Amino acid sequence: MSRKVSLFRSLDWITILLYVTLVTIGWFAIYSSTYDFENPTILNFSARHGSQLIWIGFAFLLALITILIDSKMYNNLAYIIYFLIILLLIATIFLAPEIKGSRSWLKIGPITMQPAELAKYATALCLGKFMSSYNFTLNSIKNMFLVGFIILTPMLIIILQQETGSALVFTAFFLVLFREGMNGIFMVLAFLGALFFVLFLRYDYISSSSNSYILESFGFVIVFILSVISVGIMIAYYLKDNRQMLQFIGGNAILYLLTGILHLFGIEAITYTITASISISLSILYLFIMALLQKQKKYFLFIIFLIGSIALCNVTDYFFNNVLQPHQQMRIKVVLGLEDDPLGAGYNVRQSKIGIGSGGLLGKGFLNGTQTKLNYVPEQDTDFIFCTIGEEQGFVGSIVVLFLYIALIIRLVILAERQRSSFSRIFGYSVLSIIFFHVAINIGMVIGLVPVIGIPLVFLSYGGSSLWSFTILLFTFIRLDANRMEILHQ
Amino acid sequence: MKDSIKNQELRNRQYIIILIVLSVAFIYIIQLFYIQIADSSYKENADSNAFLKKVIYPSRGLLYDRNEQLYVSNQPVYDLMIIMREIQGFDTLSFCKMLNINQEEFNNRIEEIKDKRKNRGYSRFTPQIFMSQLSVAEYGKIQEQLYKFRGVYAQQRVLRKYTTPHGAHAIGSVGEVNQQQIDADSYYSRGDYKGQSGVEKEYETYLRGEKGVEILLRDAHGRIQGVYKNGERNKAPIAGKNLTMAIDMGLQEYGEQLMIKKLGSIVAIEPSTGEILALISSPSYDPHLLVGRERSKNYNALLKDPFKPLFDRPLMAMYPPGSTFKLVNGLIYQQEGVITEDTRFSCSMGYYYSRTRKLGCHPHPNNLDLRESVQHSCNAYYCHGLKGLLDSPPSGISTTESYNHWRNHVLSMGFGKKLGVDFPNEKGGLILESNRYDRIYGKNKWKSSTIISIAIGQGEVLATPIQTANLAALIANRGYFYTPHIIKKIEGDSIDKRFREKHQTTIEQKYFDPIIDGMLMAVEQGTGRVGRIEGIEICGKTGTAQNPHGKDHSIFMAFAPKENPKIAIAVYVENSGFGATWAVPIASLMIEKYLTGTVDTTKLNRKNLQKRMLETFLIE
Repeated sequence: MSRKVSLFRSLDWITILLYVTLVTIGWFAIYSSTYDFENPTILNFSARHGSQLIWIGFAFLLALITILIDSKMYNNLAYIIYFLIILLLIATIFLAPEIKGSRSWLKIGPITMQPAELAKYATALCLGKFMSSYNFTLNSIKNMFLVGFIILTPMLIIILQQETGSALVFTAFFLVLFREGMNGIFMVLAFLGALFFVLFLRYDYISSSSNSYILESFGFVIVFILSVISVGIMIAYYLKDNRQMLQFIGGNAILYLLTGILHLFGIEAITYTITASISISLSILYLFIMALLQKQKKYFLFIIFLIGSIALCNVTDYFFNNVLQPHQQMRIKVVLGLEDDPLGAGYNVRQSKIGIGSGGLLGKGFLNGTQTKLNYVPEQDTDFIFCTIGEEQGFVGSIVVLFLYIALIIRLVILAERQRSSFSRIFGYSVLSIIFFHVAINIGMVIGLVPVIGIPLVFLSYGGSSLWSFTILLFTFIRLDANRMEILHQ
Repeated sequence: MKDSIKNQELRNRQYIIILIVLSVAFIYIIQLFYIQIADSSYKENADSNAFLKKVIYPSRGLLYDRNEQLYVSNQPVYDLMIIMREIQGFDTLSFCKMLNINQEEFNNRIEEIKDKRKNRGYSRFTPQIFMSQLSVAEYGKIQEQLYKFRGVYAQQRVLRKYTTPHGAHAIGSVGEVNQQQIDADSYYSRGDYKGQSGVEKEYETYLRGEKGVEILLRDAHGRIQGVYKNGERNKAPIAGKNLTMAIDMGLQEYGEQLMIKKLGSIVAIEPSTGEILALISSPSYDPHLLVGRERSKNYNALLKDPFKPLFDRPLMAMYPPGSTFKLVNGLIYQQEGVITEDTRFSCSMGYYYSRTRKLGCHPHPNNLDLRESVQHSCNAYYCHGLKGLLDSPPSGISTTESYNHWRNHVLSMGFGKKLGVDFPNEKGGLILESNRYDRIYGKNKWKSSTIISIAIGQGEVLATPIQTANLAALIANRGYFYTPHIIKKIEGDSIDKRFREKHQTTIEQKYFDPIIDGMLMAVEQGTGRVGRIEGIEICGKTGTAQNPHGKDHSIFMAFAPKENPKIAIAVYVENSGFGATWAVPIASLMIEKYLTGTVDTTKLNRKNLQKRMLETFLIE
């Protein structure tokens, strides 16, 4: 009896309150977006909002069960759960019927569920268990490899299920690895890689030269300039040599300046693309000579970085044109503003922006949204649920929801940091990273900043499968947190 | 120790993670601010997306004649509307079959709709007219099948319907608005109808009423989901106001018949109010020609007609007023003290304004006084008068000043500028300013002999038929007039203030009596005696407008009865010679028709006169 009271007291009620608030907001948004003008009913279990009420009821039950389970169970069963889920994922490829080109939904009796949702949970558990083992360090190649294996295995299987969106969620574990000691340079490199990828695509498709026979590839030019500047900063940071940085960047700048002057005088045979190639080649040569003269190995890292940039551009070019499917290319082009396709790939985003945009400051009021209710916005109660909030509750409502998520994530950071066991901390970071990734990608997609990737908005989107898996994910951590003191007694 | 430093460094990474989360949130808030508050285009898009605003056109105001007989009414027609975005899965074949067109016509029409040069307001999301003005019968045939075609519906419109084919110029016509008109008045949008001439144009704001709107909600597939907010935001159309015209339909019809196959115009005015009783421009046309789908074709045909049926002669044709202008001069000479009613001037078949140059006159008794000069339309009398007025003014002022006085008097009688009738395109006629003569002849280098022809209404004097009719009205009133107007009554409103204002001329009332006596004598036993009617005292004056391009124009202006006049009239018959031949009989018949309600054909002379007028064709 006394144990139960203490468990009840040690639960983090702030997190639970945030969770309940978000789920409630989600239900109202679903009610509104599926509201039928002709037959308004509140409790109709055959309607979407009716079934969501059932899912929410089950979710609360699951939350309770999760809390009542002994917290040691999670640690102990982590590997087994991971293993079983991997098997389930593989089985799904063969068992699941094809729905919209993807084989990811399993039908068990009246319930359909997506094992990919559970895979995040299993991976978080497994990662926590593995990385909390005694004397674990991320600096060993073997551990890096194993961590990569744990994350990439479910990711690859999900890609095989044609659920690219869910697979991308696994990149959220990057944040966990960063917190657990992965070298920050990987984050920087990943960021630069993504930036270069976007910039290359954004500017490579524009032919802006007045003379059409002169071919410029501004994608290359911009990426090369940025990578040269990056190396300059690295020189300053790693070699503590500001003078050399200035010389390095200045030397390259002179090359571009000369080209500009030539162009002013009408000599356009030497294009910026050629200059960029010359500049990056000379830079590599310079760094190589410096490496030999100063006998500094770090120069080779810079050289690798520059070569990597060249490779990235070419790989991006190849990847985009030959690996991505046309509809995926289109989604990216729409976000980059390269193509306007208001009826094709751009349709969803356009309609969703119109829906949100028409909300104004205070919104049209509950049940008064027209865009979301009249099926203009696709997936209006699942992936695009944020649109209903934007339209009916306006800028104020959207910001409130955004702040609730930020509050939840920051609260989870605080909880994770107060854990005494690495397992709980790593699991906590996994939870918050997954939630952050979902929120960032989903809202970004709805407001047109991120390509359309079909992943639900945590706690708000319609559907039992995603609500339950997020509930289990969150409450497992709440349970672990409630138990954080017990570690001391072990 | 080293471990705990390492751990502390890793702990600090939580702040970097929080920073990343906050930066993403910050970017999203900026984007939300941009699309929800800064950029209003999303709101507009949302409206055209989800609302189908169906315009409900009001019924246009009806027109009645002065006896409250219905003149112009409305008929429903249907425009077949199409929303391009919604016609997916469209069965073109059966659509064409329904409308009795072939595939090629269908494709051409769709091309036309999509062509932004021809159809500037084109949008895939808004209804476009596929076929306009289907009659009730045509609509009835397709009504049953329309539901099969998504994105197609019929829009009810209102077209004009006329009870008689007369009065086309007075009523004017209604046509589709052009881009300029849309830009000028936000009430109109593409495809709307608007009065383009006559009363329809002048009284457009009363007649058009107010468009209503029905707001329907539709989903992304164009399916109507119901009425928005139970019709709370709908707006019922407000019908246009009915107008009562001053026109007497019977008189108008009769006048048009008399003018058949003749060029010219008739204007009849009620002197006591300025109301226009009849406004005839000949040749005329059937107003039905300018209604419906054939409008532009018929309009172009009328435009090409050499007799210019679209030209509104009573208001736009400027002629020298000829002898009718002698009345104006007779009044001014008296007012300026040049003559009295008893002053006599000799006339020996004309007036010598220099030793060798004579302005001729026709045979009549010599040495006439003012009354007789009107009766016989003596040219010399008015030349003498002008000489007295300009060359030796009684008040001792200069020629130029005296001319300016003359001009002011003329202007006070409604000449030389627009009268301001309730009609578009009115012309003002011409009375030259003295400085124009200065420029032509040199300052102080001109006198009566230089400009002698103005004494008899020729030369540098131009007036429209309505100005001449107004002259008849102001003489009938002995010195004042109301601006002629065609609308007598506006439902729930009063006519413009300017039509209720009395315009006093600068001539004293007493000077009108000898002129009116002369006019009566002209009809009883003078130049206009062919128009005499037993029992009605008609006062009139003939005129001949010189026409450098062909036969002179025949003019007659009159009012009747002499006491308490009921009608003032001006008749112009182009290229028909001396005033008495055509203009007098027509005016006389019109007066009889109006005053007695019919032309008394038991009298042989009246019967013959009417027969001759109705059956003589001056043009083919």
